[in-house]
Amino acid sequence: MTRARQLGATALLWIALLTMPYWITAIGGYMELASRVVVMALAAMALNFLLGYTGTLSFGHAAYFGVGAYGVGMTLKYLTPSTGLGMLIGMVAGTLAAAAIGALIVRLRGVYFAMVTIAFGQVFYFIAFRWNSVTGGDDGLTGWRRQPLDLAGIRVDIQNHDTAFYYLALVCFALSVGAMALLLRSPFGRTLQAIRENERRARFLGIAVERHLWLSFVISCAFVSLAGTLYALLNNFTDPRALRWDMSGNFVIMAVLGGMRSFWGPLIGAAVFVVLQDYVSSHTENWMSVVGLIFVLVVLFFPRGVLGLLQHRG
Amino acid sequence: MLQLILFNVFNGLIVGAFYALMALGLSLIINLSGVINFAHGGFLALGAYLAYSLMPLVGFWGALVVAPLLTAALGLAIERLLIRRVYGRDPLYSLLLTFGLAYILEDVTRYIWGPQSLPYPIPAVLTRPLSTQFFFLTGYRLFMVALVGLAVAALFFVLGRTRLGIRIRAGTLDLETVSALGVNVRVLRNLNFGLGIYLAGLAGVLAAGMLGLQPTIGTSLIMPSFVAIIVGGLGSLPGTLLGGLLIGVVSGLATVFLPSASEAVIYVMMGLVLLLRPRGLLGEEGRLK
Amino acid sequence: MNDANRSATPGRRTVLRAALAVGAANLAPPFILSARGEQPVLIGLCNPLTGTYAGVGKNELSGCELAVTQINGKGGILGRPVELRVEDSTSGDAGTAVQKARKLIERDKVDFLLGNVNSALALAMAQVSNEKNILHIVPGGHTDAITGATCHWNVFRVCNATQMEANASAQQLIEKAGRKWYYITPDYAFGHTLQAALEKAAERLGGTKVGADLAPLGTTDFSSYLIKAQAANPEVIIFLPQGDDMVNALKQAVQFGLDKRIHLAGAQQELESLEGLPPEARIGSWVFEWYWKQPGVPHVAEFVEAIRKKTGKVPTARTWFGFVSTWSCALAAQAAKSMDAPKMAKALGGMTLPPEIALVPDPALYRAEDHQLVASLFVGNAQAGGTDPEDLFNVSRVVRGADVAGRVEDSPCKMVWPS
Repeated sequence: MTRARQLGATALLWIALLTMPYWITAIGGYMELASRVVVMALAAMALNFLLGYTGTLSFGHAAYFGVGAYGVGMTLKYLTPSTGLGMLIGMVAGTLAAAAIGALIVRLRGVYFAMVTIAFGQVFYFIAFRWNSVTGGDDGLTGWRRQPLDLAGIRVDIQNHDTAFYYLALVCFALSVGAMALLLRSPFGRTLQAIRENERRARFLGIAVERHLWLSFVISCAFVSLAGTLYALLNNFTDPRALRWDMSGNFVIMAVLGGMRSFWGPLIGAAVFVVLQDYVSSHTENWMSVVGLIFVLVVLFFPRGVLGLLQHRG
Repeated sequence: MLQLILFNVFNGLIVGAFYALMALGLSLIINLSGVINFAHGGFLALGAYLAYSLMPLVGFWGALVVAPLLTAALGLAIERLLIRRVYGRDPLYSLLLTFGLAYILEDVTRYIWGPQSLPYPIPAVLTRPLSTQFFFLTGYRLFMVALVGLAVAALFFVLGRTRLGIRIRAGTLDLETVSALGVNVRVLRNLNFGLGIYLAGLAGVLAAGMLGLQPTIGTSLIMPSFVAIIVGGLGSLPGTLLGGLLIGVVSGLATVFLPSASEAVIYVMMGLVLLLRPRGLLGEEGRLK
Repeated sequence: MNDANRSATPGRRTVLRAALAVGAANLAPPFILSARGEQPVLIGLCNPLTGTYAGVGKNELSGCELAVTQINGKGGILGRPVELRVEDSTSGDAGTAVQKARKLIERDKVDFLLGNVNSALALAMAQVSNEKNILHIVPGGHTDAITGATCHWNVFRVCNATQMEANASAQQLIEKAGRKWYYITPDYAFGHTLQAALEKAAERLGGTKVGADLAPLGTTDFSSYLIKAQAANPEVIIFLPQGDDMVNALKQAVQFGLDKRIHLAGAQQELESLEGLPPEARIGSWVFEWYWKQPGVPHVAEFVEAIRKKTGKVPTARTWFGFVSTWSCALAAQAAKSMDAPKMAKALGGMTLPPEIALVPDPALYRAEDHQLVASLFVGNAQAGGTDPEDLFNVSRVVRGADVAGRVEDSPCKMVWPS
């Protein structure tokens, strides 16, 4: 794809995202769906920072997603009615957890790495479930709502205006995606890709492979925990299932569906995944067959994900 | 207390044998083809439901023989049509493919047989426990262990003594050379997949006697199967067997001391094994990246 | 226009006339409808149709559909026809349920919300309905918090709270089974509160707890729990897991031969679980929240017939939940003579349901203080099958809900009404 075409496509994408509240209802969608797409896209892109660029699969990203979600929920419920502080706490908690766990697991590779991330994810799930005096257990954490934001004197009412919340999510998405793009373009990002291509050679070149993997893991989880805070704010609710391996699985599916090797692939994958399930499940009880069939068809006919095909053609 | 622990260890081995059966099928498929078969649970469920439908026609024992074969036949067909297209690609594509397949299998099962739990009777000869003291050694569970033992023995015989088995094992180590030596790799992979699905179907029929029969019966069993494979070490079938047994025992012991953690503890065990011995208990160096 | 054109093709005038006729035909019906003010009343159901809870969710849906047919047969709600909008909440994470609830409320503009089987999802949806001021009836979500600590002015619940079930079953168990109880409890809020309620009720009657274990949701193999239970030498093993977990636990308990030596029982049981068990495992003393065989109680037989014709099976308590919750929407609107949610909620609180909807021998009413429906409970024991192969429960006693319900004063519910 030529540079001009690429810029044009990106510009088109941003225009679509910025104006989504206005055209989503026209095509039979609703505001919440738009916000959900953005939040899931952020999670999928965060995962792909690790998966697509270092080639490392994490099947336990929901753990940090969930920590972010519980972080903001518990802050709003127990501490103080400040959305901003809640998001900060959620993100910091998720990042710290990732830093600690990442240090332990960074020696592993491939399927083993993926499975150990599942192990930690399930432990977090168990804690959220059992520590029910604090987290609400299986009933979930309820009784709190996202509070309006006070930004330098201007009140952004994200509580009562879903459109305002959508733009908050979009701003977070834009900042995260921008940061990820900058990182990937930097020498750090190049090193990650070198590790993905040939780890042994990278090591011979003197690259501290484990440290790089750890850093990319932490960065990836930082953004996914941000996505988690947004998810909890979107629902005004969080429950342990947000930490389970099937939620992690959804992130992986979205990244693979859209195309792991392209930057925007996971966004497309998330959009397809969320909108498809939403649309089809309203029309038929057998939506699982339809969605499953589409996954199968994507794998068979889109060799590098949905976006992979488009890029190939371009 | 000691008796409680001993009972749970014994019982855990029995339950673990069942997990091992399902995990072995999954392991076979991963080892030769590098395919992560997320639809394994769906095939298990299908085996169970086919047995349910066949029972009025051929009885319990007939269903036990026929249902896994039918499931394996479907497995062969699906390998030919779908799975074969993702060989050589990133294993994540096999994940997405089999994930979609799992969705389809669950939905079709629910559509055909309904979402309600269905009663699956087992023959009276198997329902009684063998002694009142060792009451958990029910006829059915011992039968299950015997069957799993038979299946595992047969599997190792096939892998060790028959041409197909030797080719599968060779293919697991170096598929290119095996192909160069004139073996039809396509057929090999196809049969290997079918074998793995046969084991899933068999596990399904056994599960139906022990658990409630409903469309999601396989989904709760798939994660423990992956854990069994990883704990035992990828690429090692005896490892998978050991992994399955360990899951049963560890889970049972957890029930004695901290019952609410009986599910989480298998993940803790896996985490510990991976941190202390990164390639699993019996895994070989350099397996699957 | 020359002659050739006129004969070969339909003239412009003909086409125009035809177009006008078609257009008018399309315009006419809705035009007429809106003139009569027959904008349909929409009831949104957000319940699991896939996953673990698909079976019970489907049964609740059947009840809702029958109710809608009946309501429309009687002229609809305030003269308007009723339509049911169904969304699959799936049995998974709350986000999907919240998403679908918002879809129903914002996009489809439903007037009422129903759901969810899963307690967490019900609570999450209740927050949405409360935010949007929509009347919300929970047919089968069992956690106490729905009409307890997290009650809302716009939320009502049909199925029982744990205190009612515990009080109803404890009496029978102490009398018929024994005093030394061992609990196998599902590890989630409903399980914890049910066990606590049972312990309290049993203590008052002289029962003791010889042991208790928490089993994670979705436990497939209960053998280690059963081994432990047996070792404690109880007179009764109390099974509190529901759905598939109940089927697994009972199936395995009977395979172990435990039913021969120890009484197997519990508080809540469902027909769906009994149907999933092999005949020899359909045993034990339980409480049903509603049962289809109620000789002598008017209107029940017609309901059973209607559901039998619709689904081929008898109604379960779940069918009844769906039926009652849908009808409650109609009753609320009719009593308030308005579609304004606070007015409807005020009218529904304290309302006694008419017998052809309540379908129980005792008066069924929504308590005004916490919006919990209090009706009847059916105490008895499971059986492999009576004269009717679907008669899997032998009712020994029908308990009046009002006698066993927790006192309103003890409820942590603090309802805040909109100003």
